[in-house]
Amino acid sequence: MAELLDHKLLFVTGKGGVGKTTITAGLGLLAASKGKRTLVCELDAKGDLASSFETAPTTFEEREVAPRLWAMSMDTEASLRQYLLLQLRLPRAFRIGPLARMFDFVAQAAPGAREIVTIGKLCWEVRERHYDLVIVDAVASGHMIGQLAAPQAINRLVQVGPVRQQTGWMLEILSNRATTGVLVVATPEEMPVTETIEFVGRLKTETTVGLAGIVVNRVLPELFGTREEQAFEAVCAPASRELLAGAIGGRVEPLLEAARLMVKMRRSRAAHLERLREAIGAGTARDRVDLLYVPYLFLRSYGLRSTRQVAAALAAELEN
Amino acid sequence: MAAKEAPSTVEALLAAKEIVVVCGPGGVGKTTVAAAAAAMAACHQGGKVLVVTVDPARRLGQALGLGQSAGGVERVPAKAFASAGIVPRGELWAELLDTKKSWDALVARHAPDEATAQRILDNPIYQNISGRFVQSHDYIAVERLYELHSEGSYDLIVVDTPPTRNAIDFLLAPQRMAEFFSSRLLRLLTVPYRMRFADIASKPFFYVADRILGSQFLQDIAEFFILFQTLSDGFVARAKEVERLLADRRTTFIVVSTLETVPVREAEAFMGLLPEKGLHLGGLVLNRVLPAYLLEPGLAERAGRLSAGAGELADALCATKGPMAGADPALVERVLTEVGTNFNNIGVVAKREASQRSELSRLPSVVATVPELEEDVHDLGGVLELGRHIWSWDKS
Repeated sequence: MAELLDHKLLFVTGKGGVGKTTITAGLGLLAASKGKRTLVCELDAKGDLASSFETAPTTFEEREVAPRLWAMSMDTEASLRQYLLLQLRLPRAFRIGPLARMFDFVAQAAPGAREIVTIGKLCWEVRERHYDLVIVDAVASGHMIGQLAAPQAINRLVQVGPVRQQTGWMLEILSNRATTGVLVVATPEEMPVTETIEFVGRLKTETTVGLAGIVVNRVLPELFGTREEQAFEAVCAPASRELLAGAIGGRVEPLLEAARLMVKMRRSRAAHLERLREAIGAGTARDRVDLLYVPYLFLRSYGLRSTRQVAAALAAELEN
Repeated sequence: MAAKEAPSTVEALLAAKEIVVVCGPGGVGKTTVAAAAAAMAACHQGGKVLVVTVDPARRLGQALGLGQSAGGVERVPAKAFASAGIVPRGELWAELLDTKKSWDALVARHAPDEATAQRILDNPIYQNISGRFVQSHDYIAVERLYELHSEGSYDLIVVDTPPTRNAIDFLLAPQRMAEFFSSRLLRLLTVPYRMRFADIASKPFFYVADRILGSQFLQDIAEFFILFQTLSDGFVARAKEVERLLADRRTTFIVVSTLETVPVREAEAFMGLLPEKGLHLGGLVLNRVLPAYLLEPGLAERAGRLSAGAGELADALCATKGPMAGADPALVERVLTEVGTNFNNIGVVAKREASQRSELSRLPSVVATVPELEEDVHDLGGVLELGRHIWSWDKS
């Protein structure tokens, strides 16, 4: 799995609320710490990526947020402007305002217009080799297929002209499995696992983009093995509780209840994890994908501290 | 304005309102909460209650008697209630929203004639917006809600909002739809195709557009816009009505969130926006909250003593007569250490949740708390169990 970071372009997706941004940020820190010039890009400007690095809000102009690590947020208008200036060699004095407004309007209805400008910017960064690795905090998995399939959709609809020529090289970058991959983030819960399985299937049938891996986020610790569990039951007996309460200076029941709660929560999640493993492992050896586990972070769940912990957890998983 | 007269329990809220929109950040359990609210209303308040959902978990969908295919309102069968041991006072109905079908119906309704409607339905660009694009889900969900409400067939409709990038997108959808059609750009864009003879293609605006997109694609888009413009009046009027319905006194919004940092921030922003838009914030449901006993004072210290003294305590336990006599002290020591460590872990989360919660309680909304359930909701009994937590609305 060490090859995950050898990609040039990684899209991080997953169901809403599973921690895409934290995983993107953690992976970015990890790649940069391994000496790669890395760009992380947030697609929907919610500002969570900036919070993951404790920096000012990210902008379209990338900014170095850690050594060798740059962060930016996507802005379709700015991206379009950059594209027009670079690709069509329009005079700088050309008033882009009305054109951008028109684009914005067309993009509300025209399939793939917004997506192509987004994907185009990311592929361009890859083609120009500005970075060793570009990691995208992408849209939720429900919308990801549409985004990745945009160049093909445009290819079908636009018969001639520079846009059609443009989609060719983008498709080449996206379809190269050594270059580009999708990393799906899931938590071991019913809907995230179901959506991940569906997404992996659709990625294969509806796009040319490869699956780079699956991150299982917020994995709860396993407190007891089978023998420990039996001993735990004995500890829960009234006589044992009494002895313990005397020694620790108060009721021990809440502590035991908390342990029981954790065991139950872990168990219900384990069933979903098993379902994910089965579905993903069912493919041929060539299609098989490794799962990277990131533990539930109890102490800090937000901000740079948790980003660092996620980076460390991913590093440990990748070394396995 | 409307928020001041908010009923103080969800029971009262559901009795007073005709439409409940359940919204909030992704991954917090909106769909389940929507189903639970509707099921409780059907059980205890009677009448015909409908829950409209977009993307339910498979087992939740089954619990509501929904098949895999979307579209059409279906009644939750009586035997589902029977196996949950309940005789409902009213009827529970459910619909899985079919985005594409709803769009097609909308086009058919507003098109000037059947031929135009067909041309729009056949347009590849139309097929893309109606089938694939998420922005269109926002609008179609509220639009369908409007349609169902105007039928007058239900006493209460609970809508589960579709997943959006931001919860706010859902609220802005009707306005955006109206703006889209009223836009002067729409007219401008279609000008060269309405006036073929004009020398307009030489103007820089179209020159550049043509260079980027190619004239064929521009023409396809223009045709789509020209056709779509025939729907304009109907659409704009309808979007305004939909907006009015959302702001109506009979409509309320229930926001769902967990107590994790990121969802809480999004939920807070959303709750701030509701009154700004003249919409009624009915309440906040906090889902998957850790139990309150974890907050008992002195527990962290006890957990610390348990971990620190695990070796001695294990020896003492194994030496006494009783359930532990003869057990392996090393094994028991590991168990005690884990119990102590686990409490430190989970206790920190519980404290963080409690602090988030007390900050949220500054807001003038009623709050219900649903504990972290041990298993996923997979039948109507599970839906109703969750419902009982919402029903016992509390303000603590």
